[in-house]
Amino acid sequence: MARRSFSVTDLPGFSTVAMMVFAALYAPMVVLVVYSFNQGQSPATWEGFSLDWYRVAWANDEVKNATVNSLIIATCAAILSTALATLAALGTTRRKGFKGQTFIYAMINQPLMVPEIVTAVALLLVTAAIKKSTGYTGLGYLIVAHAAFCIPFAYLPIRARLEGMDLTLETAAADLYASPWQTFRRVTLPLLAPAIFAGAMLAFVTSLDDVVITEFIKSPGQDTLPTYMLGQLRRAMKPDVNAISTALLALTLVLLSLFYLLTRKKD
Amino acid sequence: MIKNQGGTGVGKTSVEARQIAKHFGQGEAIVKALDNVSVEIGQGEFFTLLGPSGCGKTTLLRMIAGFESPTSGQILLDGADITPLPPNRRPVNTVFQSYALFPHLTVAQNIGFGLEMQGRPAAEVKDRVARMLALVKLEPMAGRKTSQLSGGQQQRVALARALAPTPKVLLLDEPLSALDLKLRKEMQIELKRLQTETGITFVFVTHDQEEALTMSDRIAVMSAGHLQQVGTAREIYNNPVNRFVASFIGESNFLPATLEAGKARLKAGGLVEVSGAKGQTGPITVAVRPEQVRIVAAGEPDALPATITNLVYFGTDTHCHVDLADGTEVVARLQSPATGDAGLERGGKVGLRFAPGAAQVLGD
Repeated sequence: MARRSFSVTDLPGFSTVAMMVFAALYAPMVVLVVYSFNQGQSPATWEGFSLDWYRVAWANDEVKNATVNSLIIATCAAILSTALATLAALGTTRRKGFKGQTFIYAMINQPLMVPEIVTAVALLLVTAAIKKSTGYTGLGYLIVAHAAFCIPFAYLPIRARLEGMDLTLETAAADLYASPWQTFRRVTLPLLAPAIFAGAMLAFVTSLDDVVITEFIKSPGQDTLPTYMLGQLRRAMKPDVNAISTALLALTLVLLSLFYLLTRKKD
Repeated sequence: MIKNQGGTGVGKTSVEARQIAKHFGQGEAIVKALDNVSVEIGQGEFFTLLGPSGCGKTTLLRMIAGFESPTSGQILLDGADITPLPPNRRPVNTVFQSYALFPHLTVAQNIGFGLEMQGRPAAEVKDRVARMLALVKLEPMAGRKTSQLSGGQQQRVALARALAPTPKVLLLDEPLSALDLKLRKEMQIELKRLQTETGITFVFVTHDQEEALTMSDRIAVMSAGHLQQVGTAREIYNNPVNRFVASFIGESNFLPATLEAGKARLKAGGLVEVSGAKGQTGPITVAVRPEQVRIVAAGEPDALPATITNLVYFGTDTHCHVDLADGTEVVARLQSPATGDAGLERGGKVGLRFAPGAAQVLGD
C-alpha cells in the first residue's frame, strides 16, 4: 500500500472531533427511541420498559387520521414528482446543450435554495385564492405542493444516472433498428429504473417529513404526522409523540437503506 | 447501374461515399474532419480504413452507420442514397470499440435485439440467435449476463449481435483494440473467417497497420481528412504513392534525388533504377524498404559507399544503420545469421545495393 501524503487522521484531535460530532448527531435520536419505551409520563426519568405509548398512539384516532394523510400525500407526491423529475432529467441530458441550461438547472432545483417559509407563504396565498373561488378543500393542495418541493430530490439521482450512462448503448440500439421510442423503452428506461425508484424514495421521505409548508396550507382536519406532533407539543409534552417519532424514524431508515441498495454501483 | 469505375475488384459496389465533407466549427476555426472523400466499397469485400487517430476514419464509418451527417456529399448503399436516413432505418450494423453490449440483457437477448426490433417472429428470432451463438461458439453462455463474460467473449457477442439481422454491411470500429495481443491475433483470424462464411461486406476501422495488412481485401489509407491511397495490401506496401503512406505502412528509407533519363541521381551520389517516375523535374524522394537494402563489400561495382553507425539485434532480424556519403541515414533489415554476426561492425565501411524494383519514386 502506498502511503498517503496527507491523511486527516494525522491531524491532532481528529478522532475526538469526529466522535463528538457523531454523538451530537445521534445521541438525541437514541434518547428519543429509548424514552419511547418508557413506562411513565416523565420525559426525563426512566421508569421501566413498556409499549404503553405505542398503544396510546395507535388507539388515537387523530394519530390514525394523520398517518393516513401523511401516507396518501407522500405516496401521491412521490409518484407525481418522480414522473416530472424523470421528464426534466431526460429533457436536460438527452439533447444538445442549449443556452440557459444552467439557469434551467437552477429553476428545477429552486426548492432547495429558496427558504421554505417563503414558499410556504406564497403557497398559502395561492391556495387561499383557489379555495375561495372553487370551494375545493381536499388533500389536492398538499399533494401538489409536496410534489413541487420533492422534484429536486427525485431529479438529482435520476439526472446523475442519465449523465453517467454510456451513450453508446443508445447509439447501439438505434443501430439495431430500434426507433427513438423503442430505444427509450428497451434500453434507457430499464437502465434508469433503479435511479427512478431511488428518486421516488427520497421524494417520499422528504414529503413525509415536511412541517412548514403543510402547516401553512392545510385545511382543518388535514393534519399530517409532523403537524399533529407539533400541535401536541404546543399543549403538553406527551411521550406518545416519542413513539410516533420512533416509528417514523424506523420507516425512514428502511427507505433510505433501500435507496442506498438501489444506487450503489454493482461492480 | 453505375459502372464500377473505382475498380473494387469484387464486382458490384456495396457502399459508396461521394464527395463527403465534414466540417466542425466556423470561419477561422473551421476543422475539416473529412475533405471531399470519395470511395467505393465492393460487395462482400473486407475493406479497411486505416490511419492515425484524428484522420477522419471513424467519422466516415459513423456516417455510413448514420450516427453523423456529412456537411456535404452523399452516402450510397447498393446505389441508393441513404444520407438522410436515421441509423435505425439503414440495413447496416456496427461493432463498437467498447462493444456497447446491453448490461440488463442476457447474451441471447443481446444477439436477438436487432431481430426483435425489426419485428421478426419469435420463432425466427430464437432460431437465428441459436445459429449466431453457434457461429461465434458461445452456446453455453446464452443465458449469462454480458458482465459475466471475458473481453474476448464480449467481443464475440458484439459481433454476433451485429451479424444477426444479416446487415448488408458490417461496420467495425477498432473492435480489437481493447484485447491483449494473443487474443487480438485469434480474433483477426476469427473475423476473417466470419466474413468469408457470411459473405457480408465488412468495413473495418483501425490504426494498426499490421491488422489492416493481414485481414483486408483492400485498404484505404487516410490522413488529415483525405484519402491518401486505396488499394490491396500488396499495392500499398510495394507502391506507396507518397511519403505519408510509405512511412505509415511499414518502414521506409527516404533518399533525396533528381531524375536523370528515367533513373534517379541520388544526392549521396550514384545512379539507381527506380519505378513510379512520372517525368518529375526538380528534387524528388526515393523510398526503399529496409528489407530491400543489401549490404555488400565496400567498393563493389554500383554499390553506394556507406559507413555502419549502429547494429540493432531483433532476433530474426538485425537492423543495420548506415550513413551514406552525404550523411543520409539508411536502415537495412538483414536476416540474422544462424551463427556469428556476419562480420559487420560499427564504423565499418560497406557498400549498399537495392533489390531490383525496390526503389520507388514518391508522388510528393
